[in-house]
Amino acid sequence: MSDSFSQLTPYARSLGISLAGEEDGAPVLTFDFGTMVEGRPGHLHGGAISGLLETAGYALLRAELTRSGRNHRLKPINITVQFLAAGKRRQTYAKGRITKLGRRNANITVEAWQDDRDRPIATAVMNILMVEADA
Amino acid sequence: MTEPSARFDPAKAAPILLQHGHAGWLGLKYHAHGEDWTELVLPWREDLLGEADRPVLASGPIVSLMDMASGLCIWTRMGGFNAIATLDLRVDYQRPARDRADVIGHAECYKLTRSAAFVRGIAHDGDPADPVAHIAGVFMSIQGDSRNV
Repeated sequence: MSDSFSQLTPYARSLGISLAGEEDGAPVLTFDFGTMVEGRPGHLHGGAISGLLETAGYALLRAELTRSGRNHRLKPINITVQFLAAGKRRQTYAKGRITKLGRRNANITVEAWQDDRDRPIATAVMNILMVEADA
Repeated sequence: MTEPSARFDPAKAAPILLQHGHAGWLGLKYHAHGEDWTELVLPWREDLLGEADRPVLASGPIVSLMDMASGLCIWTRMGGFNAIATLDLRVDYQRPARDRADVIGHAECYKLTRSAAFVRGIAHDGDPADPVAHIAGVFMSIQGDSRNV
């Protein structure tokens, strides 16, 4: 497993996000239920779910760029999150898929789920710009 | 006994709604409000950085800030506290927030129907004319469970 997977941002580490594993070269990220990610009592906060989705998207893109020997600085352009079901008091996972990887931009979709992989609690689409690290 | 129905006041409700859970962890605070808008503040914090080697705030906390500000502006426009759920939230990032700057989230409920609330807003770090991000969101009423926040 690439080290780049474990290089999570200070924000991601503060939120309790960790690496659960890897599937098809994509990191699967996770956090436990706890006060830090709770919205209304007993349920996940939408912002915390978004944070997990976004972090999984970046981790995937970073891993893919590292594999192809690219060291770009990533600039977020946008994220659209669809909330599909209330997040309950249990472990949450997220994994992304690169829909398009260009020279200057990447389009990534990410899903978050709890017990049932086939019933995601949220999905996100992200656009990320990539600029040369020394630019 | 019937309680007098007080109109929802975000200035009074925010400290209670924001003290627990994710919002409390982020340290979100009430800033200002009008008839259909609410502003919250996300204070600068070292451990919310999005990059290890640069003092740039992560984008995740901005989503949380705008989600909470959106909920509050909807209740403000409704004039009452009803259960709502976020259906969809889009954030367009214009630029990174400045180093050590607090970020203000301004959310406006521009359309309210029986079942849906439409919100737009910006996040800025001092100058509303030069936003960090624009957002658009759609929220849904959840009938029957007034405990849902």
